[in-house]
Amino acid sequence: MLPELGNFALILAMSIALAQGIIPLVGAARGMPGWIAFGRTAAWTQFLFLVVSFGILTHAFVINDFSVAYVANNSNSALPLGYRISAVWGGHEGSLLLWVMLMGAWSAAVALFSKRLPPEMVARVLAVMGLVSVGFLAFVIFTSNPFDRYYPAPADGRDLNPLLQDIGLILHPPMLYMGYVGFSVAFAFAIAALLGGKLDAAWARWSRPWTIVAWVFLTLGISLGSWWAYYELGWGGWWFWDPVENASFLPWLTGTALMHSLAVSEKRSTFKSWTVLLAIFAFSLCLLGTFLVRSGVLTSVHAFASDPTRGVFVLMLLAIVVGVSLAIYAWRAPQVKSAGNFALLSRETFLLGNNVLLVVATATILLGTIYPLILDALDLGKISVGPPYFNAVFIPLMIPLIIALGIGPLSRWKQDEFPRLVRLLRGALLGSLVLGALIPWLLFDSLEPMVILGTALSLWLLFTVLLDWFHRGRHKASRWKGMLGQPLGFYGMALAHLGVAITAIGITYSSYYSLEKDLRMAPGDELELGGYLFRFEGVQSNHGPNYTATEGVISVSRDGRPVDTLHTQKRIYTVQQMPMTEAGIDPGLFRDLYVALGEPLGDGGWAVRIYYKPYVRWIWLGSLFMALGGILAASDRRYRLMARRKAEKGVGAKLVTQES
Amino acid sequence: MRAKQKNRLILAVVIVLFVAVSVALALTALRENINLFYSPTMIVNGEAPRDHTFRAGGLVSVGSVQRDPESLAVTFRLNDGVNEVTVSYTGILPDLFREEQGIVVQGRLLPDGTILASEVLAKHDENYMPPEVADALDTAKKIGVTDTDKE
Repeated sequence: MLPELGNFALILAMSIALAQGIIPLVGAARGMPGWIAFGRTAAWTQFLFLVVSFGILTHAFVINDFSVAYVANNSNSALPLGYRISAVWGGHEGSLLLWVMLMGAWSAAVALFSKRLPPEMVARVLAVMGLVSVGFLAFVIFTSNPFDRYYPAPADGRDLNPLLQDIGLILHPPMLYMGYVGFSVAFAFAIAALLGGKLDAAWARWSRPWTIVAWVFLTLGISLGSWWAYYELGWGGWWFWDPVENASFLPWLTGTALMHSLAVSEKRSTFKSWTVLLAIFAFSLCLLGTFLVRSGVLTSVHAFASDPTRGVFVLMLLAIVVGVSLAIYAWRAPQVKSAGNFALLSRETFLLGNNVLLVVATATILLGTIYPLILDALDLGKISVGPPYFNAVFIPLMIPLIIALGIGPLSRWKQDEFPRLVRLLRGALLGSLVLGALIPWLLFDSLEPMVILGTALSLWLLFTVLLDWFHRGRHKASRWKGMLGQPLGFYGMALAHLGVAITAIGITYSSYYSLEKDLRMAPGDELELGGYLFRFEGVQSNHGPNYTATEGVISVSRDGRPVDTLHTQKRIYTVQQMPMTEAGIDPGLFRDLYVALGEPLGDGGWAVRIYYKPYVRWIWLGSLFMALGGILAASDRRYRLMARRKAEKGVGAKLVTQES
Repeated sequence: MRAKQKNRLILAVVIVLFVAVSVALALTALRENINLFYSPTMIVNGEAPRDHTFRAGGLVSVGSVQRDPESLAVTFRLNDGVNEVTVSYTGILPDLFREEQGIVVQGRLLPDGTILASEVLAKHDENYMPPEVADALDTAKKIGVTDTDKE
């Protein structure tokens, strides 16, 4: 009975979303206050029904109701409770239900936190979000209903894919989806501004915190996925340029460009048409990501069995969203006038450079990701594009980006003088070049050019961020007071930029100085790697609630002193009889020791992977800095104050858009 | 107005040049890093390139897995139901590698017709068949040994 109620709640949510998509829009066009106010109520009610629906599905998992097909396919009575709950989004149908529920949550959040925005604007934003919800709810209800029943009910379920039975995978999809769906807010703001013809600085200011928060979730989601792949896939990689990873990285790159371009739109009232286009692209890429993951068109580590017919639906949805929004753009954007004027050497130019580099990076990765799909669709052969392509195109684009990133925040809006920038930055440049060569030499006794470059770029970021901070305190009576009294937005930016430096160090050092050895080991065998002595002590049996395991024990010592004893498991999950490797890791800020058990080779010998990975944690540490920076920037009180002041002054005080 | 237009022009030219160079580099990188997929039948027919890495996929033949007792070297055969190729690989095989499992390898062809694999990929779901492999099996079944519709 309950699952039918869940299904009913889902259908109600779709009806409400449809009303939310139409009524406030008409109201805003005709100026009918009652219809305008309907948006907020609808957003709340829709979210409520989605929560009910999601709660009922979760309940079915908790009580092991295997008459629900989705539960039977993705859970098992032996599965621990925590994983039974996370299994709700472990498969296709449930993860889409999570998608629409989070979409509802974002709509409700917009309804809640937009009290100071003009009601017509809120109405349009909520309407656009409602229409997107309708599309996805239709997708769930008509092609991927999680409440379908099995009759008769099986005695037990087929279990959750063992790879997903892990804390990283409990958190990864909700974070990623929060990011994906969050960009719908920026998208809705852009479309609403186009429809309303008020593409002004106020619009950019309202969009900024929402965009930043969505970006924070996406950043966390991607790095959680990368961290999970590192310890769970059992071969120590953290990024594979796998199509599905790319699918999440594309909106991240575009979203990063969008955040920066919104800054220009807000502060200088220029780049506005471009910003709107970026908002449309960022959300379209989120939809493309959903399509790629959920359609089964990809050969990828994420290609769990999925149904190709569903792909057609998402593809149509994508076509409608992109088509309609570009049509609105083509219709409305020519009326947007950018007021700002800027010289060739100015902060605008650096931010333009940021945007061009990020968009070109997005385009090249998009090309490598979908080129095989296009060829396949046209029956021109089956190909795959390897990681060397992505490294070859991505890394050269990031180098100028980081250089510009150092200068940008220190440069002046509108116009700057070259000699001033040189005077300001020459110390930082010299310091990063010298230390960039010195540090790898001291740490690794190596003078690899790419490592020097990576170190120098990271130091460049560090120095310019510090310099910027120091510089900002100069006009105050006390420099310390000036430096400590900066707005949160500045600290957010500084932290996020430092995060880039930290991640760059992690990527550079772990790529160039990792030591990896795959070998055959019998009990008692030893291997020296990276100054550590690894001794294979042998294997023992072990078991968990729903698996049996062979556990390899490897003791590690350094200069005769024990460091750690690592346990790596080869698990067989009993229901699906699926083997899984669980790596043994001794984590550290400066190095990870990583061992994984391969297959038995006879005579007590085992295939064993032993890795020494310096600075690999910095990759994810850096993304934590970026996320934290984003949170600080989004909570800058300026957004709230400005919103209030705008509301008091009456919106449109700074209108630069001209209605035709 | 003149200065503004000149600035815009310079920026536009720089961006266009930059994008053009990036696209050219990307296309070059793409050409060098494309790996075509071949089925065992296509490889037996001599269609696979001799001087470039490529991907091959099929089912691991029953009883074909042979290990070297001293190292991580292993050989096995891949079939598409009609033809078979031998693959030689050194390293740790993925968890889901087993007989009758659909897998994909990446590597180059040795003069004796063996594939020297640099990568062996199996998917994370035991019921899941890589689309290329499923397709290769279908094609081989339908057309037997005369499959030449791809290049």
